[in-house]
Amino acid sequence: MAESMTNHQQAFGDLLWRRIVIVLPYLWLILFFLVPFAIVFKISFSDPIVAQPPFTPLFDQSQSFLNWFQGSLNNYLFLLEDNLYWVSYLRSIKVAFISTICCLLLGYPMAYYIAQSAPTKRNVLLMLIILPFWTSFLLRVYAWMGILSTNGIINSVFLWIGVIDEPIQMLYTNFAVYLGIVYTYLPFMILPLYANLERLDLNLHDAAADLGGKPLQVFWDITLPVSLPGVIAGSLLVFIPAMGEFVIPALLGGLDSLMIGRTLYDEFFVNRDWPLASAVASILLLILVLPMVLFQRNQAKSAEETS
Amino acid sequence: MKKRSTAMLTIFSFGFAFLYVPIFLLIVYSFNDSRLISVWGGFSTRWYTALFEDEQIIDAALLSLQVAAISATFATILGTLAGLALTRMANFRGRLFFTGILAAPLVMPEVITGLSLLLLFVSLQELIGWPGTRGAMTITIAHITFSMAYVAVIVQSRMLTLNRSLEEAAMDLGGRPFRVFVDITLPIISPAMLSGWLLAFTLSLDDLVIASFASGAGSNTLPMVIFSKVKLGVTPDINALATLIILVVSIGIAIAGWIMFRQNKSLSQQNT
Repeated sequence: MAESMTNHQQAFGDLLWRRIVIVLPYLWLILFFLVPFAIVFKISFSDPIVAQPPFTPLFDQSQSFLNWFQGSLNNYLFLLEDNLYWVSYLRSIKVAFISTICCLLLGYPMAYYIAQSAPTKRNVLLMLIILPFWTSFLLRVYAWMGILSTNGIINSVFLWIGVIDEPIQMLYTNFAVYLGIVYTYLPFMILPLYANLERLDLNLHDAAADLGGKPLQVFWDITLPVSLPGVIAGSLLVFIPAMGEFVIPALLGGLDSLMIGRTLYDEFFVNRDWPLASAVASILLLILVLPMVLFQRNQAKSAEETS
Repeated sequence: MKKRSTAMLTIFSFGFAFLYVPIFLLIVYSFNDSRLISVWGGFSTRWYTALFEDEQIIDAALLSLQVAAISATFATILGTLAGLALTRMANFRGRLFFTGILAAPLVMPEVITGLSLLLLFVSLQELIGWPGTRGAMTITIAHITFSMAYVAVIVQSRMLTLNRSLEEAAMDLGGRPFRVFVDITLPIISPAMLSGWLLAFTLSLDDLVIASFASGAGSNTLPMVIFSKVKLGVTPDINALATLIILVVSIGIAIAGWIMFRQNKSLSQQNT
């Protein structure tokens, strides 16, 4: 009898432990990650008012549903009418896309080089790629301000050598934004690429070369297919956060370097129009759902393959 | 083949320089006596002195360190549990969904995470009167939420490569799951948890956007003060601050790397 009691207690303890392990992080994410999006979505349908908090109540019983619905699309209609938002969204997509391509072009050879070097050397090289990621993102973006500004390092050196007669405007341009994004997101591209290229069987390469395969053909037929999951993961890891980037366009970009992250930030902190900022965020999220799902799928697939 | 590897090496060196030269220049210029970047006014530590007299920066640094330490600790606990749930708990209901919302903060643009958390705090305030004022507490909650995903990824990958025979043996001998976790699994994954904690700490210390949304008036974290100072251009005392941060981070990573190196070495010795 006593024994069955302890068995019972033990079973209860096991179940409790299992519950804690799953439920605690799950609940946290639902409360602080999922519910907030629902609130953003809800508030994007309300109207701004001068009050604290500055938006109309979420549930107003005095209005009929139809009235509420007609009034509530205002923010989205406004987004459609004003060019500023369209331009911001499109520019963000363009900037994120071009930066991703640049990261890929620079990151691929780097990842390939690391994957091909001696195993003892690999970890050191990899560590050196990750290291900048650990130092402050904000300060690394800031470092470029001193390099690019009109009285900055590049202009000073060029003037001194005599390549140019007067300083070139580099800071506060689109060029600086691209540079900043490629610089800060490059490690995100290299790491997944490396993880895939590392598994590449070099014997396959040699075999293909022995059989007379041209280097480009070997790359196209063997290297690229093997590394494709890494290309996808790396590209999405650059593209998605770059799309909503705020710090880089705010510090390095000019007044015309509109990106949606910065527009949202200004809408919220400068214009204090919370419902409109919520609408901007909702549409941004809608744009990013597809790449995010792609990313999840890709991760799940490569996790399956490795295990 | 030879020619190709030279080309590779060139690109690699270029990319490598691209990553490191800006940081290096920042350090050099923190010792420049001149306020202008274009002029080298001689070696000086006056920006460091100025830094330690700036109360706004010191207060912000203390707040940031406090938030980072607390949020990294909670993120490590929750992230480890999440990693454990995904690798050691057999299929549970909503597992796929759980994987989804766990990974989403990794790629979610900060402006969206920040805005949504702020609106949650404001709505909770309306509904239940909590969290009262926004400040250290709300920033900490926001940071736990986005950094626990990083810890989960690190712990999860360690758990996947882990040899399960030890755990299975302990279970076979009648060890209860919780005891097996504490006695067997925890010591093995502790290096992963340490690197998870360090990553969460660094991410929290560095975050500008989410903290700006989650904080109320009056509580400024270090990145918020830095941002407001550098928005209009280069300021030498921030160069000095950057150098100090880089120094602290490098020392932290060196220590963590050394601990993990020793741990791995003793593990591989045990295995042979």
